Amino acid sequence: MSARSNILNKLRAGLAGATPRPDDFDERLVTEPWQYPPEERIARLQNLMEAVQTEVHSVRGEDWPETVAGLLARRNLNNLLYAPETGHGTQLGDYWRSTEQAIELLAYDRPVEDWKDTLFWSVDASITGTVGGIAATGSLVLWPDRHEPRLMSLLPPLHIALLRASQIEDNLYTMMQRHNWSSGLPTNALLISGPSKTADIEQVLAYGAHGPKELVVLVIEDE
Amino acid sequence: MSQRIPVTELTGDFRQRAEDALGDDQLRTNFRTAMDSLMTKRADAFPDEEEREGLRELGNRIKARALSRLPDLLEQLETRLTENGVQVHWAETVEEANRLVHGIIERRQGSRVVKGKSMVSEEMEMNAYLAERGIESLESDMGEYIVQLDDEKPSHIIMPAIHKNRRQVSRLFHDHLGEPETDDVNELIRIGRRTLRRKFMDADVGVSGVNFAIAETGTLLLVENEGNGRMSTTAPPVHIAVTGIEKVVQNLRDVVPLLSLLTRSALGQPITTYVNLISGPRKPEELDGPEEVHLVLLDNGRTGAFADAQMRQTLNCIRCGACMNHCPVYTRVGGHTYGEVYPGPIGKIVTPHMVGLHKVPDHPSASSLCGACGEVCPVKIPIPELLQRLRQENVKNPDEAPKVKDGGAKYSRSERLVWGLWQQLNTRPLLYRLFLWGATRFRKLTPAKAGPWTDNHTAPVPARRSLHDLAKDHLARQGGR
Amino acid sequence: MSELFYDAAPNATRVAPERPVPRHYPAKPPEVILFGTCVVDLFFPEAGLDAIRLLEREGIQVRFPANQSCCGQPAWTSGYVAEARAVARAQLELLDAGLPVVVPSGSCAGMFRQHYRELFAGDAGMLEKVERLSEQTFELSEFLVHVCRVNWQDLGSPTRVALHTSCSARREMNTHLHARELLDKLSNVERVDHDHESECCGFGGTFSVRMPEISGAMVKDKTQSLVASGADEMVTADGGCLMNINGSLDKQREAFRGRHLASFLWERVSGERKEEVA
Repeated sequence: MSARSNILNKLRAGLAGATPRPDDFDERLVTEPWQYPPEERIARLQNLMEAVQTEVHSVRGEDWPETVAGLLARRNLNNLLYAPETGHGTQLGDYWRSTEQAIELLAYDRPVEDWKDTLFWSVDASITGTVGGIAATGSLVLWPDRHEPRLMSLLPPLHIALLRASQIEDNLYTMMQRHNWSSGLPTNALLISGPSKTADIEQVLAYGAHGPKELVVLVIEDE
Repeated sequence: MSQRIPVTELTGDFRQRAEDALGDDQLRTNFRTAMDSLMTKRADAFPDEEEREGLRELGNRIKARALSRLPDLLEQLETRLTENGVQVHWAETVEEANRLVHGIIERRQGSRVVKGKSMVSEEMEMNAYLAERGIESLESDMGEYIVQLDDEKPSHIIMPAIHKNRRQVSRLFHDHLGEPETDDVNELIRIGRRTLRRKFMDADVGVSGVNFAIAETGTLLLVENEGNGRMSTTAPPVHIAVTGIEKVVQNLRDVVPLLSLLTRSALGQPITTYVNLISGPRKPEELDGPEEVHLVLLDNGRTGAFADAQMRQTLNCIRCGACMNHCPVYTRVGGHTYGEVYPGPIGKIVTPHMVGLHKVPDHPSASSLCGACGEVCPVKIPIPELLQRLRQENVKNPDEAPKVKDGGAKYSRSERLVWGLWQQLNTRPLLYRLFLWGATRFRKLTPAKAGPWTDNHTAPVPARRSLHDLAKDHLARQGGR
Repeated sequence: MSELFYDAAPNATRVAPERPVPRHYPAKPPEVILFGTCVVDLFFPEAGLDAIRLLEREGIQVRFPANQSCCGQPAWTSGYVAEARAVARAQLELLDAGLPVVVPSGSCAGMFRQHYRELFAGDAGMLEKVERLSEQTFELSEFLVHVCRVNWQDLGSPTRVALHTSCSARREMNTHLHARELLDKLSNVERVDHDHESECCGFGGTFSVRMPEISGAMVKDKTQSLVASGADEMVTADGGCLMNINGSLDKQREAFRGRHLASFLWERVSGERKEEVA
């Protein structure tokens, strides 16, 4: 007998004569305490994210590349990892060329194996889009894909994320329902709620454990 | 790494280890401070009692629903994961699970494993198993890394190195990594980051645990703050997730309340920095992520707990650690005293099914049944009730077919005799009153030493007259009955 | 217990019981039974007598069945179910007299109200009695607050007290709230908090002798925070905790002492100053 059938048989024996419990999920318990008027969503997300050392800026739709350039210049950084095939990547690239930025743009356009060393040690910052935000917990939602791979939001010490104000949902439950997550998830979906951190030594909070030391969120006012 | 005996192999029984821990002022201060802070954080994270209690009930029902369909959900999970390209393996014992993991690594000719935090891999003692086979298996959670460097085991399931202070960590980094000593926690974390980043880059295989396995979508959900979990599951070409069979939930939406309960109960955080939902390996067109994803589903005694409807409730556990944070016993003796993977109240009720009561005969008794654990459990496991049940199984005559692994470990004919006498005393009113009469009349004969009681107290001296006597007189005067 | 389970099959997966609805209290009865408890019987009989006096002061006639002994808790928490059941059965037969049963101990009252159900699970005949007893059982401070609705004049001099509540009673029956309410009715009594107030004193019945090292550390912390609270004395409605805390204070040669709530209350409302009968 295989481990699989042994385990399943034992479990089935344990349930003999019993009926499965019904699905009595009460969605009010995960929505009602976490609902906000639209004008408060951004403020709540911002407050929660700032509480975990995240920088949040509101920007206008066309202005954000300039804000990015400013953020990088202030930090004296040398390069920025971006996704050229995305809408925001194109916008950023155009801005970079037209303003002749000195900071190097690195395109994540080849498999990680081809340039692991660079990715792990030599990238200063990255910029990615998001598929939305969650006001209740102060979270960004990322669905990395072929164009904007997973490690972009993990390896560089500074991660800049673009968030459209109109895509901030009240809570995770609403986010899942609105975008019908249960009908299909990507290889990797992520909620990110601040820069990486640890409190493993004496419960002292230290940022920049293994992922980004800094997270900057640019909230694009689009409504 | 040096050849020190892991803490779990230390000799001495629970009581001896407890006594040692109680005498260690530094350890007690470390734990008291940390647990006080974690209790405050949890309380602050649940400001609304009504909201908290509603959510706990929902969490309890979600887990009960999943357990009531567990075999079906495991099959559904397997089907969905397989469709998503994840390879699913089943193991009844830790030995089998280790063999499976080793087999995968061997097939890939891997020699370097980097691990995210996983309590199931602690159950398996995977690091030691792989090390014996020439494979470096390195913990990457900062706390886990620290205890591994010192050849120790975690002393808390969420905060593995909570028993150590910064000076001890600094000395460890100095001795093992040649780093200059420092009192600066940020600097210590920088050292860990630098050292481990190299390991993430070079690893052949990443191992992780699973917080929730979602049957509906075939998704493995992991929570963490450091980013090491994402590293372990993204950077190496192979990802192996190991988990207990109880971690499956039916629907994606079920994780919404469970996630909130988990992070708020554990650390008082509204959410962890990262919530990582993995639904498959790298697609051909994708540029990163593991080429292979495996899930090992481990039994290790869980089906034994499942077989008993009362003990089945132990499988509700979502491993938040709140019960230990609130436990007056754990706070005083720390995690290592328990000598097993899972310490504290939850450890006392899950460990017997894994290792048998013979190995942990004192665990069920090491509780004042104060109920703090059950009060905070986010999925409402009736921990005191289950401890109580384990005590029953523990003292059964092995012939009485105990229902828990190695039940009857504490069977004692003489103790049974004492309770038999106690029963006689308390069911025979004349005998009881005779006892009262004797105890009060000869109260001066109470010995100054009365077993372990007088270690901490002066001997209890009976009153001059019992309540039976006083009440009789008083009520006679009042004309009562 | 049927409401605990979605389906009654023995293999049914259990869910947590519904949250208890707030207890409905009856009008003040003319007569009650006092269940003294074994610890009070032998070690704190004055407290039991003071409980009787407090009840009589409210115009209630008190019965003290001479055949009572112990609620069965020590054997129950030690895992000796058959022995606990035999003792519990004797008390059940005795106390099933259609009268409220007042218990000057939270943990023993909790044994009646909560754990007898587990003890007699599957025994329909006994469970009927258990349900009746559960309905009729009141912890003393609960009874004074919610059934007698006492309104007292405090005849004592100003004092500061710290309140300790048995953990199981606190969690099973909110007795800390009842005791607080009683103390707050006394105009000359100031209730002071102590550090880690809700933490266990380390008694836990046989835990204190099975795990004396840990129990000892717990009671030491508890007594030290009581002493540091600035209170003149500690009061508690639980004999086990009281024995544990006072025994430890005595061993540490601390002058600070605890007292049973019933004795403290009787002193305040009667104006009698009694020396503890040692």
